Amino acid sequence: MLEIISTLEFEPFLLSFKLASITTLILFILCLPLAWYLSQTKSKSKPFLEAITALPIVLPPSVLGFYILFALSQNSPIGIFFDEYFDVKLVFNFPGLVVASCFYSLPFMVQPLQSGFENINKNMLEASYVSGKSKFQTIFKVALPNIKPALMTAIIVTFAHTVGEFGVVLMVGGSIPEETKVASVAIYEMVEIMDYTGAHIYSAIMLIISFLVLLSVYIFNHKQNNKFSGLHK
Amino acid sequence: MIKIDINKKLHGSNGEMGLNIDIDIKDNDFVALAGESGSGKTTLLRILAGLEEVKGTIKIGDKIWLNDKINLPPQKREIGFVFQDYALFPNMSVEENLLFVNKDKKMANHLLNITELTKLKKRLPNTLSGGQKQRVSLCRALMNKPKLLLMDEPLSALDPSMRTKLQNEILTLHKEFKTTTIMVSHDPSEIYRLSNRVLVLNQGKIINDGKPKDILLRTTGSQKFSFEGELLDIKKVDVIYIAIISIGQQLVEIVVTAEETKNLTIGDIVNVSTKAFNPTITYKKTN
Repeated sequence: MLEIISTLEFEPFLLSFKLASITTLILFILCLPLAWYLSQTKSKSKPFLEAITALPIVLPPSVLGFYILFALSQNSPIGIFFDEYFDVKLVFNFPGLVVASCFYSLPFMVQPLQSGFENINKNMLEASYVSGKSKFQTIFKVALPNIKPALMTAIIVTFAHTVGEFGVVLMVGGSIPEETKVASVAIYEMVEIMDYTGAHIYSAIMLIISFLVLLSVYIFNHKQNNKFSGLHK
Repeated sequence: MIKIDINKKLHGSNGEMGLNIDIDIKDNDFVALAGESGSGKTTLLRILAGLEEVKGTIKIGDKIWLNDKINLPPQKREIGFVFQDYALFPNMSVEENLLFVNKDKKMANHLLNITELTKLKKRLPNTLSGGQKQRVSLCRALMNKPKLLLMDEPLSALDPSMRTKLQNEILTLHKEFKTTTIMVSHDPSEIYRLSNRVLVLNQGKIINDGKPKDILLRTTGSQKFSFEGELLDIKKVDVIYIAIISIGQQLVEIVVTAEETKNLTIGDIVNVSTKAFNPTITYKKTN
C-alpha cells in the first residue's frame, strides 16, 4: 500500500489547492463590494443582479464551460485583448482556469456575504455613520467583524467548491499535467484508464479533506453563534 | 437655535400621511417628542440625523444641514443618536465602543465615570444588562460632543427603577454638556422630569407644543385631580354598582349609580376625577 502511495503523483492536489486559493482571494476582493451593494440597495435592478450572480449554481458546468471557452478563446474580443496587451492566452492553461473558477464559484462567495450583511442590525451601521464613520470604515470595523460565521462560510465554501469543480475545468483547461490537470480531472482520467487503486486513493483523499473542511466550518460557526448569543463567554 | 421646516410623504400603517414639521428649538433645550405610534416621531429623528431623505430646510446655528442644494450626510451632521435597541457594536468592548467614535480617552473615562461603568469598560456588550447597555449607548452618543442629541425611546425597554436611575444620569449629562436634546418618550413622568418643552405629534403634525406641566396635567376647571383609565368591569353589589377601572398600573373601584352604568361600556376609556375634597399624599417608600 505504501509503495503505491509513494509512486502516486500529488501534483494534481497541489494544483487544485493553488487554483482554489487564488480563486478565493480574487473572489473575496471582487465580491465584498458586490455583496455589500446587494445587501444595502433598494434598487429595482437588485433581482436581476441576484439572478445573474446565482446562475452558476443552476447552469450545467458544460454550459458555463462552453461560454467561458467561447468568450476567452483567441477568436473572441476578450481573448484577443488579453493576447495582444498582456501576452496571456486564457484557454487550456492555468490563468484560464482561474478566470473560469471565478465565474463558477462566484455565488458561493457572494451569497453568504450578502446574507451576513443583510442580517446585521441596520441601527448598528447607522450608529457608525452618525459617529462620523465612512462606509469603508463601517464595513471593515463594524460589519465584517460581526459577520464572522458568514465570512468563514463564504471563504471556506468557495475554496472547497473550487477544489471540487470538474466540468468547467475540464472544458476550459483540458488535462495538461502540472498546468491544468487538477485532482478531480486526474480522478476522472484514472477511472477511464481503469486505474482503480489510484482513483480510490485520490477519491479518499478528496473525501476526507472535504469532510474536514466542512466540519471545521460548522464547528467554528457553532462556537461563534454561542459567543454572539452570550452563552459561551 | 435649530430651525426645522420639512415635508415628507410617509407610507404609514394607516395609509399615506404627510409629515409636516415647522419648528424652532432653542439651544440647550431638552425637548420631549410624544404621540401615538405611527405618528412620525422616529421618522423625524431619522430625518434630523440624515438617515431619511426629505425635502425642506434644517439649519443648526448658522450651519445648513439641509436645503434645496445641500444635504449633509449623517457623518457630517455632528449628532449623537441613542437607539431604542442600543445598537452597540458587539465586537468591541464598552471602552472600544466609545473610542471608535472618538479616540479621546479622557472623555471616555469621564463619561464612564459619570455613568458608573468604569469597572465594566473591558466587557463585551452581550455580557451587560439592558440598563448598562443603554448607558454605554448614551456615552457613545456623547463622545463627539454633538450639537444635537437624538434619543429614540431610550428607556422604554427598562424596568421602572432602572428608568429613574438612568433619567437622573441623563439629567446630569445634560446639565454638564448642555447638549440640545430631542427625546421620543411615552412616559409622562419621564417627560416631566427631563424636558422643558413637549411636542405632541399626531398623523405627522404637531398638535401640541408647550411646557410639560401645561401639556401633561389633565385636570380642567375646578377638578382637584383627574385620571384617565380603562373601564374593565361593572359589578352589581346589592343595590349599587361598582366599576373596576385600570389607571396606570393600578386597579381602583368606583361606586356608580344604575343610571351612570347605562352610559358606560366595558373597554371604554374614562376619566376619574373629583372636586369635593382634597387628596392627601402620604409617604410610602423612597424610589
